[in-house]
Amino acid sequence: MSTSTAPNTPAQVLRPDRTRNRLGYNILALVTAALMAFPVYWLIISSLRPNHEIRSYDQTLWPSSLTFDNFARAVKQDNFGTAIQSSLIVSVTAVVGGMIIATLAALAIGRFRFFGRKALMMVMILVQMLPPTAMLIPIYLQLNAMGGIDEYWGLIVVYLVSTLPFATIMIRGFVINIPVELEESAMVDGCTRMGAFRRVIFPLLAPGLAAASIFALVNAWNEYLFAYILINDNSKYTLNVWLMTFTTERGTDYGALMAASTLISIPVVIFFMIIQGKMATGLTSGAVKG
Amino acid sequence: MTAADTKAAGPPPVPVPRGPEVTGPSSPVKDAPRAKRQRKKGELLPYFLILPAILAIAAVYVYPLAKTVIMSFQDMGRAALWGNGETPWVGFDQFTNILGDPEFWQVTGRTIVFMAVCVVLTMGIGLLISLMMLRLSTWARLILTVALIAAWSMPLMVAASVFRWLADSDYGLINTLLADLTGDEKWLGHNWFLDPWQGFGIITLLVVWGAIPFVVITMYAALTQVPKELEEAASLDGATAFGVFRYVTWPVIKPVFTMVATLSVIWDFNVFGQIWLLRGNKPEPEYETLGLYSFSKAFESTSFSQGSAIALITVLMLSGVAVYYLRQLIKTGEVE
Repeated sequence: MSTSTAPNTPAQVLRPDRTRNRLGYNILALVTAALMAFPVYWLIISSLRPNHEIRSYDQTLWPSSLTFDNFARAVKQDNFGTAIQSSLIVSVTAVVGGMIIATLAALAIGRFRFFGRKALMMVMILVQMLPPTAMLIPIYLQLNAMGGIDEYWGLIVVYLVSTLPFATIMIRGFVINIPVELEESAMVDGCTRMGAFRRVIFPLLAPGLAAASIFALVNAWNEYLFAYILINDNSKYTLNVWLMTFTTERGTDYGALMAASTLISIPVVIFFMIIQGKMATGLTSGAVKG
Repeated sequence: MTAADTKAAGPPPVPVPRGPEVTGPSSPVKDAPRAKRQRKKGELLPYFLILPAILAIAAVYVYPLAKTVIMSFQDMGRAALWGNGETPWVGFDQFTNILGDPEFWQVTGRTIVFMAVCVVLTMGIGLLISLMMLRLSTWARLILTVALIAAWSMPLMVAASVFRWLADSDYGLINTLLADLTGDEKWLGHNWFLDPWQGFGIITLLVVWGAIPFVVITMYAALTQVPKELEEAASLDGATAFGVFRYVTWPVIKPVFTMVATLSVIWDFNVFGQIWLLRGNKPEPEYETLGLYSFSKAFESTSFSQGSAIALITVLMLSGVAVYYLRQLIKTGEVE
């Protein structure tokens, strides 16, 4: 049964009709890829374009020359350093905290049968569907009353909990795919419950945890609405809110905005790409074969 | 339940993000692996494990939601920000005001139409691309995956900035390209957001573009679970390509498709950021969907109660979809 999921079985090569059709699909795929990636291309190329080409009525797909002026202006923009710091503090703390809580809950839901388990899962699924504004208004008022406006902790708590339901359900999906027999045999061989978790479950869970953390990190890093409402102090802006400072009454400095956006996106893209391989294996293969 | 039953449970279920497990249609006992869960050991342990999660969710979801309900029956304005003054109870006044306001119904209609267009486009294009991915050479699939991941990983804020610039009236690429293609100079300086229909066209483009990677990658993961043998058997027995899809592929991917479609309905109903950011943080009234309408009532007009009441009505509207989603999950055994 392990062969049925492999994308390229030799059987396909034996069938000439498939290989002939493939050229057309491949061309179509390249066009699709170009369309999907175009905004990314435009972002990067615009950040390297001289400013006189950006403020031009005749936009060209390829710049006449490349320059780092836009990056220089972006980096010199006020509060760049503090914005990086804010984003890092808030998203990393939220993700680490969220993953710990989510893993504990996922183990409980995936490994035990207890009263309220189904209800908890349903609540977790349902809360993700709440519109952001339904949460924003009361959270803003509450943090305002508690002095949590302009403080990192307010934002951290919001981000941590907003990644929690999704991460729990996702990690649970990985937990239930780890056969209980593995854990049991480790315990028969003398492991404690903790030992079995650390030596057997955790390594098998790692791809799932990695994938869940990436989703959580990307969500926290990209969030701007709560950051915009809950943080009013310029020196505590997260990167996304900081991006808004490129738009003033006099217009938008698109060159610098694109350069700054590129800088912000690079870590996300790299992280996403690294994890993609792991995610794909996590998604397409079970931990135990046969 | 014997070990043999567990072994017979077909290919190991695939964890698809937010989706249900996909087991091959050949698996006779779907729930076999789950039945092996421990039932006796550690009576209290699971409660300790879920305690932090419950506290966190209660603090950031349940409490604010309760607060939203309470505020909807009060009249909470600017004074509440400084914590002075009692907030008076007004019963159903907020709701009668809102439901009697033609603007509210206009906003609701706009939200539903916009959601429907986005969902149909996202799911249609997403399904086609994921079906195409099955038929690609490895290198082409890799390139497409990289493009999808690149698009997916782009922060919404950044993507919105790029689209805002692409559609810029003076220096936008879209206008330049249109002027070149049609040879008509009138496109230069064309303001896409003057007419809400065109403006929503750009917004839809951004929403659909941003949602496709998730849909494609999830659907593709589901599609790889369709047993090749079954498809081959069907085509040997004379099924057309459409027949194979309709009677072999579709039944396997249907639960994932329904799930992703339902999620899209909810996400696109709640679209906020794309509109907000493309309109420079100050959307005009004709660009308001329910989320933005509630936001502007709460934070621009500082009538938190009006905003809460609108948010609560939105939640009630969506609850039907949410219940349907839950039922789907229960049917596929996800909530077992």
